[in-house]
Amino acid sequence: MMIIDGLRGFIAGFATTFKHLFRKPVTEQYPEYKRTLPARSRARIILTRDPDGDERCVACYLCSAVCPVSCISMQSAERGDGRRYPRWFRINFARCIYCGLCEEACPTLAIQLTPFFETCEREVLKLVAEKVDLLVGHGGKNKEYNFYRHAGVALVGEKGTHVQEEEPVDLKSNLP
Amino acid sequence: MENWVAGIILLIIKLGVMLVVLLLAAAYLVWVERKLLSRLQVRYGPNRAGRFGLLQPLADLIKLVAKEDTVPESADKTIFLFAPAVAGSTAMLIFSVIPFGAHMIITDLNVALLFVIALSSLGVYGVVLGGWASNSKFGLLGGIRGAAQMISYELSLGLSLVPIVMLARSFSLVDIVNAQTRYPFILIQPVSFLIFFISAMAEIKRIPFDLPEAENELVAGYHTEYSGMRFGLFFLGEYITLIVLGGLVTVFFLGGWRGPFLPPLGWFVLKVLAVIFVMIWMRGTLPRLRYDQLMSLGWKALIPVALFNIMVTGAIILIMES
Repeated sequence: MMIIDGLRGFIAGFATTFKHLFRKPVTEQYPEYKRTLPARSRARIILTRDPDGDERCVACYLCSAVCPVSCISMQSAERGDGRRYPRWFRINFARCIYCGLCEEACPTLAIQLTPFFETCEREVLKLVAEKVDLLVGHGGKNKEYNFYRHAGVALVGEKGTHVQEEEPVDLKSNLP
Repeated sequence: MENWVAGIILLIIKLGVMLVVLLLAAAYLVWVERKLLSRLQVRYGPNRAGRFGLLQPLADLIKLVAKEDTVPESADKTIFLFAPAVAGSTAMLIFSVIPFGAHMIITDLNVALLFVIALSSLGVYGVVLGGWASNSKFGLLGGIRGAAQMISYELSLGLSLVPIVMLARSFSLVDIVNAQTRYPFILIQPVSFLIFFISAMAEIKRIPFDLPEAENELVAGYHTEYSGMRFGLFFLGEYITLIVLGGLVTVFFLGGWRGPFLPPLGWFVLKVLAVIFVMIWMRGTLPRLRYDQLMSLGWKALIPVALFNIMVTGAIILIMES
């Protein structure tokens, strides 16, 4: 009985592989066929702009600090209206490991990873991207978000009038 | 005197043609194996170098020749450099006694079967010396495994051929094929065929028995330290032994070049390809054996069955003759 069972399993395996011989291969032939990657897959890094067209980056250095391979560097500066921005911003893609920690650390959603992964270069210095190369004209994955509408600016009106700000609590009325 | 010189020249031409054909066949066998194996696994296989990847063997060859030929510092240099030649040449020499057609044979040796077994035993030296001389753990382990495996399975390989010799009453491969005029020996010796096939698979270290070069435990086993064309020689030897094994199974069990309609060479090539296909199919299906399973299969199953088969065959021959 054991021999028959073993033999049956043996033959079943061979039959399975033989059947696969006549199947169409499931391989996607890469350079000819490029599948669309999920929007949140992590590759080439960009710097996005807010809906008003201003650059979102406030040069807080958080991405630079969190980067495990220290591939992000920048120099902060301040505009006339007091808003900060990076004077220069540099990512060394030769070192970048596409971990996405910079994107997670960014308080203004400025730095984002995109699915574009075909960034190979023969010369290593071509992999160093400056601010011009990184800055794009759109908001990336979050088009509507604008950091300065929520925070980082001086309050103009009364308490509780700011965007998404709740009414101030009256301590006395909270008593039972 | 002139006859003698002409004979030598003819022999050299025969050998040259054979060598070129064999090397080309081995190179394209790599392509065939990669293609078939990938189709068994629902992949495409090599398809970038030339149409259907047909130039892949050429690209591989250029790569192997152009690579640096390194020798580890602590290796035993002479033996290290010598071992791949053993692996390559023993495989090629076996082909000198395999008949492809009625008169298409390099030399019809009267003890050809012993010659084949002797050379396949010598092939062990390529593995053992290569593994030992490279002075690395993986090489040594692979070499030891190879030696144990090949020596064990040589016994059942030889024993499985004894009934064939008893039936054909000759050690010559041509006589063995001629003895299969009416029916191939696989029909009356299926057990012997199975034992021969399994032990030959173990002898050439193919997938269910590829312990000497088990990639995921021994890096590459006995040829871990080899690079460039010396690795290429091991590789070549492996694929030539694959063809040799196809040829031997054809000669011993499938009736050699005999068959209706097609020319003798056509039948021979067809049968060899069929055997090779089965071996690639096995590679695509079976997982690697554990070491103790390998040994117990060889010593506890194949050898006793082969011995029993010899006795039964002898008894039947005795009864039929008296």
